[in-house]
Amino acid sequence: MPYQFTVSPDFSPDHLSGWYIFNTWLQKQTGQSIHLEMYSSFQSQREAIKRGNVDLIYANPFDAAMLVREKGFLPLVKAVGVSDEAIIAVNADSLVDDVANLMPGTKVAVTEDPDVRMMGMIMLEPADLDASNTDIVVYDTYVLVAKNLLQGNVDVGIFLAEAYDDLSHIIKSKLKVLVRSQISVINHSLMIGPKFADKRDEIQGLLVSMDQDDKGKGVLKSLGFEAWAKVEDEEMEFMIDLMDTLAI
Amino acid sequence: MIHDMKPGDVVGDYKETILDLYGGISRVVLYTDIETPYPDGKLIVSTTDKDGIITHVNKAFVEMSGYTEDELLDAPHSILRHPDMPSVAFKDLWDTVNAGKHWQGYVKNLRKDGGFYWVKATVIPNIRQGKVVSYTSVRRKPSRAKVEECMKLYPTLL
Ligand SMILES: Cc1cc2nc3c(=O)[nH]c(=O)nc-3n(C[C@H](O)[C@H](O)[C@H](O)COP(=O)(O)O)c2cc1C
Repeated sequence: MPYQFTVSPDFSPDHLSGWYIFNTWLQKQTGQSIHLEMYSSFQSQREAIKRGNVDLIYANPFDAAMLVREKGFLPLVKAVGVSDEAIIAVNADSLVDDVANLMPGTKVAVTEDPDVRMMGMIMLEPADLDASNTDIVVYDTYVLVAKNLLQGNVDVGIFLAEAYDDLSHIIKSKLKVLVRSQISVINHSLMIGPKFADKRDEIQGLLVSMDQDDKGKGVLKSLGFEAWAKVEDEEMEFMIDLMDTLAI
Repeated sequence: MIHDMKPGDVVGDYKETILDLYGGISRVVLYTDIETPYPDGKLIVSTTDKDGIITHVNKAFVEMSGYTEDELLDAPHSILRHPDMPSVAFKDLWDTVNAGKHWQGYVKNLRKDGGFYWVKATVIPNIRQGKVVSYTSVRRKPSRAKVEECMKLYPTLL
């Protein structure tokens, strides 16, 4: 039976092939057979985790608590210099210049990304807005969030900062950023499950030195990272605790 | 370590009072009416040991408190205690986290320069291998309406 690998469904579409290239590299380096399964939703991915069908995952921070505390996963690495940050944006023509001036009944556009959505909702709290007094509209992509802001179908968009920055100049020129988070300790991480855990040290070693040869560097480039950095157990525990404080 | 506040560190007209803190510490605090607004998009994070002694602070914590990281580490967390905060709030905080639960509340904190800042704080016990090893607090920007409610309520609890 091959080991089962999956990636948080919020991966950028540009890097889809990168994850397959990475999996091929990993199988060669470890001599293990690893199957990469991409799920189209967080829901279907979580069901696979619950069934025990995941041994290796590039996980959204939102799912880290469940993976570590309920499923016995352990952290391996995170991408160097990458953290999950959220942006609150409005149409450039909007009269609102400060989140604090948003009113109950505001239509908020989000995607399914659970960590970005949580950070974004926290950035709406200064206006006393929450899920109970806003109208939350879920879109498949951040481009759709932007389009609906431009068309005036929604009042506010919650974006992954990286996805916002990647929008075209024309789109960005018609939007206005109200807040950009600067949290810097919430990030995706590659995690290993109990069935695969005996290979943890070996895989961790391979990953942290991956940027030291041309082949590895090329694979990292296709993922959009420069290098992997080791994640200590305590660092992961601390991130989970932090996410816990934000969940209430 | 925690020291009396010094007039030389304080910016603007101040009032003076003495706080009786946990562990028999009394501290002279100097406080002004100058509010520093909570920085948008940031979280202010600190961790204490089980006695409330600071063991970790993030950059936003250092910036907002006005102290250096060195001054904060190993100091009791009451280094931020503002005289306008009712002690029942902190009793509730400690009772809650000691029971292994999450505490959430609005806190007015005292800066080294005598000014203040309001936060919405969440404090949780850090549990490792089934045991409480430390406490972490994460603060976010509070709504003005909630702060105004607290400004009315807290004086009645003093
Ligand atoms: C993790 C953690 C964070 C805390 N943060 C603050 C804070 O920001 N401001 C504050 O006045 N007290 C804070 N406290 C409470 C203090 O430990 C202390 O109880 C309070 O300042 C009142 O002082 P006293 O207990 O000496 O009377 C915190 C406690 C913990 C465990």
